[in-house]
Amino acid sequence: MSGAHDNPVAGSNYHYIARKRRVVEDKRFVTGNGNFVQDQDLPGTLHVAVLPSPHPRARIVLINAEAALALAGVAAVITGDEIAEHTLPLYHGLPLPECRWFPLAHEMTRYAGEWVAAVVAEDIYIAEDALDLIEVEYEATPAIVDPEEAMKPDAPLVHPGHGSNIIYDGDFEWGPVAEDFEAADHTLSFRARWGRSSTVPIETFGVLAKWDKGTETLNVWASIQMPNYPEQIAAALRMPLNGVKVNQDIDVGGSYGVKRGIKHTVLVGYISRKLGGAPVSLIEDRLVNLASGDAHGPDRIFYTDVAFDQGGVIKSLKIRAIDDCGAYPGRGPFQLGKPIAAIVGPYRINSVHYRPCSVATNKTGQVPVRGMGQGPTNYMIETAVDEVARHLKLDRFEVRRRNLIRSDEFPYLNPTGTKYDSGDYETVLGKVTELANYDDLVKRRDELRAEGKLAGIGIATCLEPSGGNNLFEFLFNPKAEISTYMEGCQVRIDSVGNIVGTMGTTTSGQGHETLVSTILGEELQRDPDDIRVIHADSLAGLPTRSPIASRMAVMLGGAAAGAAQKIKDQLFQIAAHNLNRPIDGLEYSEGTIFDRSDPARKLSWDELCNIAHRQFHKLPEGMEPGLQALHVMQVPLGGQMPDEKNRVQLYPCFSFQAHIPFVEIDPGTGKVTVLDYFIAHDCGTVINPDIVRGMIIGGVAQGIGAALYEKFDYGPDGQFLSGTFVDYVMPSVFEIPYVKDVEHCTPSPLTSHGQKGSGEGGYLGAPAAIASAVNDALEPRGLSIHELPMRMNDIEELLNGEKPE
Amino acid sequence: MKAPAFDYHAAETVEDAVGQLAEAGDDGLILAGGQTLVPMLAMRLARPSVLIDINAVSELAGIEQLDDGIRIKTCTRQNVALNSQLIGESIPLLAKALPFIGHHQTRNRGTIGGSIAHGDPAAEIPLIAVALDASIKLQTKNDTRNLSAKDFYEGPMMTLRKDDECLTDVTFPIWQEEGKLGVGFQEVSQRHGDFAIVSVAAQMVLDGNNVCQRVAIAVGGAAGIPVRLEKVEANLTGSVINQETIGDALTNMADFLDPVEDQHGSAAYRRRVARVMTERAIWEAAA
Amino acid sequence: MTKRDITLTLNGKTVSGQADPRMTLVDFLRVVLKATGTHVGCEHGVCGACTIVLNGEAIRSCLMLAVQVESQEVTTVEGLCEEDGSPGILQDAFRDGHGMQCGYCTPGMLTSVHALLQSNDDPSDEDILEAIGGNICRCTGYAQIIDSIKIGAERLREDKS
Repeated sequence: MSGAHDNPVAGSNYHYIARKRRVVEDKRFVTGNGNFVQDQDLPGTLHVAVLPSPHPRARIVLINAEAALALAGVAAVITGDEIAEHTLPLYHGLPLPECRWFPLAHEMTRYAGEWVAAVVAEDIYIAEDALDLIEVEYEATPAIVDPEEAMKPDAPLVHPGHGSNIIYDGDFEWGPVAEDFEAADHTLSFRARWGRSSTVPIETFGVLAKWDKGTETLNVWASIQMPNYPEQIAAALRMPLNGVKVNQDIDVGGSYGVKRGIKHTVLVGYISRKLGGAPVSLIEDRLVNLASGDAHGPDRIFYTDVAFDQGGVIKSLKIRAIDDCGAYPGRGPFQLGKPIAAIVGPYRINSVHYRPCSVATNKTGQVPVRGMGQGPTNYMIETAVDEVARHLKLDRFEVRRRNLIRSDEFPYLNPTGTKYDSGDYETVLGKVTELANYDDLVKRRDELRAEGKLAGIGIATCLEPSGGNNLFEFLFNPKAEISTYMEGCQVRIDSVGNIVGTMGTTTSGQGHETLVSTILGEELQRDPDDIRVIHADSLAGLPTRSPIASRMAVMLGGAAAGAAQKIKDQLFQIAAHNLNRPIDGLEYSEGTIFDRSDPARKLSWDELCNIAHRQFHKLPEGMEPGLQALHVMQVPLGGQMPDEKNRVQLYPCFSFQAHIPFVEIDPGTGKVTVLDYFIAHDCGTVINPDIVRGMIIGGVAQGIGAALYEKFDYGPDGQFLSGTFVDYVMPSVFEIPYVKDVEHCTPSPLTSHGQKGSGEGGYLGAPAAIASAVNDALEPRGLSIHELPMRMNDIEELLNGEKPE
Repeated sequence: MKAPAFDYHAAETVEDAVGQLAEAGDDGLILAGGQTLVPMLAMRLARPSVLIDINAVSELAGIEQLDDGIRIKTCTRQNVALNSQLIGESIPLLAKALPFIGHHQTRNRGTIGGSIAHGDPAAEIPLIAVALDASIKLQTKNDTRNLSAKDFYEGPMMTLRKDDECLTDVTFPIWQEEGKLGVGFQEVSQRHGDFAIVSVAAQMVLDGNNVCQRVAIAVGGAAGIPVRLEKVEANLTGSVINQETIGDALTNMADFLDPVEDQHGSAAYRRRVARVMTERAIWEAAA
Repeated sequence: MTKRDITLTLNGKTVSGQADPRMTLVDFLRVVLKATGTHVGCEHGVCGACTIVLNGEAIRSCLMLAVQVESQEVTTVEGLCEEDGSPGILQDAFRDGHGMQCGYCTPGMLTSVHALLQSNDDPSDEDILEAIGGNICRCTGYAQIIDSIKIGAERLREDKS
């Protein structure tokens, strides 16, 4: 099984937290009783199929849907003109009034696969048959595909009204960069390229919408994972926000950031209302999902300069980051902003100059992918560290030790204004080195090399910012004056003593029901297996920012703990009133409250609940009947805006992982095999060990995918080349070794139980670690590669290809 | 990704199947394992008027021992072939290649004949068929004919099978030469079970002095069809097999290949890898 | 196109439904027979989410037509449960090993493993990889799935003896 799992918090004595416990959700999944959006079955549901544009850039001259409309079973054919007339453009994170974005292309198509028309029919077969009957006349024009070309003044414009393809171009400087470079013993520069990939869940995005004429409510069921989903739907459909009800008890079949489907939802919401309230369903098939679901991830070029001293200590970084956000930016550009939280990584770097640039091209759009840009940024940072080591001919592990923030330096204020809450990086690095049996790995590597193979050991030490905070938006857009980043949890004890916890958002495999029931059980000292956790719909509504940003353990966990505390307070007050004792004379044990001085005098859980619900005459003065509490937690250290030097506390809690992969490369084919993978992870207190281990290893696997296999390829003319799973290749069990992991725990001082997030860390460091290993393997040949993914073709070309004169 | 409408007929006999095919004109397709055809229907890349399902035609499944070959009926499942002792003993090259094909789920339905008839340039079974000069039987309502696998493939997914022909069986010859028979199969793919980017099949007979009595080498993925390396074969036949002779034989091997170029491999990559894989396959066959 | 009548044995019971010839088996199971445990992931035979057991063998139900299962025996994830619908031994093992997160690939994973364990009750590590090599999981990175399979195999052996 996994590496050792210690009792994570020294001195703690948790009953349920940190214990191996079954994950609540698993029971319904193993029996095939998950409640996924495709499982919804409303009578009279109409089905939507979308017609893709074959051109990356074209004017829509004419759409003739007559024959499609005449097909029996077709209820409607919608085009961009109709949508543009009746809905408002979809939301971009930045103010981009000239980059109008609608669910269906309006006047122009801007990427190959963009939806040009939608057929609504009795069943999906008829809908797709009708697609075949729609005639579209296009006037194709040359597309712009390369982001650096797109930045040039004479490039074809994706949005002519915007005047250029540059969506955002920022310039941030923290600390004395010029002085640090001047004073440095050495500098080096490199270019690193993070290829366009995504976390592509096995379930595609799907949504079912039903306009209820009677209550004038739009009911939505969707495979969704994002903040402000009801807000964006309501805005585009020009409905009042309190007329949109998103049902959040739908099981989401994986998301890792990408289940955002706003255009899908606006489309079906519009159609349902237009057709008098018929339920309307749009389930992406895989072709649509890959080409036009707008769910691609960062596509980024880094030009980085590093200033460092003779001993390999890095003083300063200059970073130019250019990211290709595709045709409709949405929140894509902010994936350049979030990483500011940890732009110096876990290192004692003194100053940073960061120039992020988001560029539009004729490709489908980006959504925040697991880590929202921290993965590519960590890849760049770790490349810098390895390059410094290479330059000075020092050991990469040793260079890290010299740069890592020490355990006595916490909380550590980094140059961008963010304090890292806690950490013990050196110890975690030591743990992974020990787990990997490093000396033995070196021997194995050398043996393979002696056989004529290429073999390498990688190292990456990376941060996972967790807890969530949106202030990077303000850094990019001074109009976004938003400092609230909250999560709510309601706890209700019913009249017979059952506990119900309510959360305000969806779950996509992170085990939130387990998280909440475990924490409630711990605080209330009641068995979590008897605690039911439900998801409020968006109207019943709890304040939420959704499960993004590795925030739920911190925020939902904290909100649950806060709500439980309120319940306990209320129980104590009832007991004090009825036992006629001051609260500090009472003891709580597993729901029973007894008089410390005379333990026979007590009130049981059932008695307390009965009083609360039914015996008003026994309640203290002013107490409301019933036993329920809502706690809304603001993100720790949140609530301040950036200062005039653009310094601000971004995320509050920082998890840390150290990765050591061991790889072999076949020099004849360029194929990389990951022989072994070791990871030490520190996310503070572990609420559920199986969940955390799953998050870590799952993230590593997706990271290996991004490093070695996955890319959305576009031809030079803008044609989309990764249309199926034959071309977009995700790792199977054969490509992922049995990852060995070990925990460490430095609790966060900021959270309810010392927990930090763990949902992203595997993914945030694995690509960097694999790149480190591949470059270690190439080292004896004097070669290196700084572009992901490192596919067989790329590595073999490097090894054996024709060298330019 | 829902298929366009088609008619469906579950054939009971071979006659039934070819009769239906004839009626369909140029519009009917045979449904065997479906592992390739059904995705094509889902993507609307195939739009037959009728699908003629041969899975229930008992005459079309089975593995037979002939005097000088093994006849495999078209609808024999790849997993059945993989577990066949007869194939393991008599056509070791096919036995070696079968585990590389897809996954157990696809091999439980996918058929030997279906793969050969479809002619994907990256597929393993057509490669073996070309390497061994298998004989392919095609049957219509009124006629049968046999084609050599070497001639059967014209281009990617383009074969000499006519619209009204059903591929009914494939016979793999058993080499009769004296000496030690060895086989080699090398494949490069992104992941385990994927279609090959480049694949090489080699079968060789060596005498007691390591002199090659007969050799067949075919390369897949390096042209639109599987390619026999006839010049290399001629070069190696009669030679002792060692590093030098192999190296000599493979010089200019790239000239016989005309690989596609795509995001999974440039043409240059495929040429270089084909050379590496061929050398490995020959060594494997010589071991 | 006229719909065909199809009768088959699904999880031990005789069931019937109607389908156009072009309807795939996975769509037939989900939409007509309302057995929604089996999931659709790609519809071109790569991801394995749709895996079911047909006459004892694991196959991809997105690559079969509904009409092809006339009179055949199909087992889906629901069929691995106890009579009362509670998790069976293998399913319980996946709970103890936390061999899933989002649950979407899980039914296909379970049927693939079920097919393996029916024919090989003491699989080697290689056998396990072969059994699930055609099932993509994006959540777990596979380690806990492998753990769960080993727990399940051992418990099923114990149950037999």
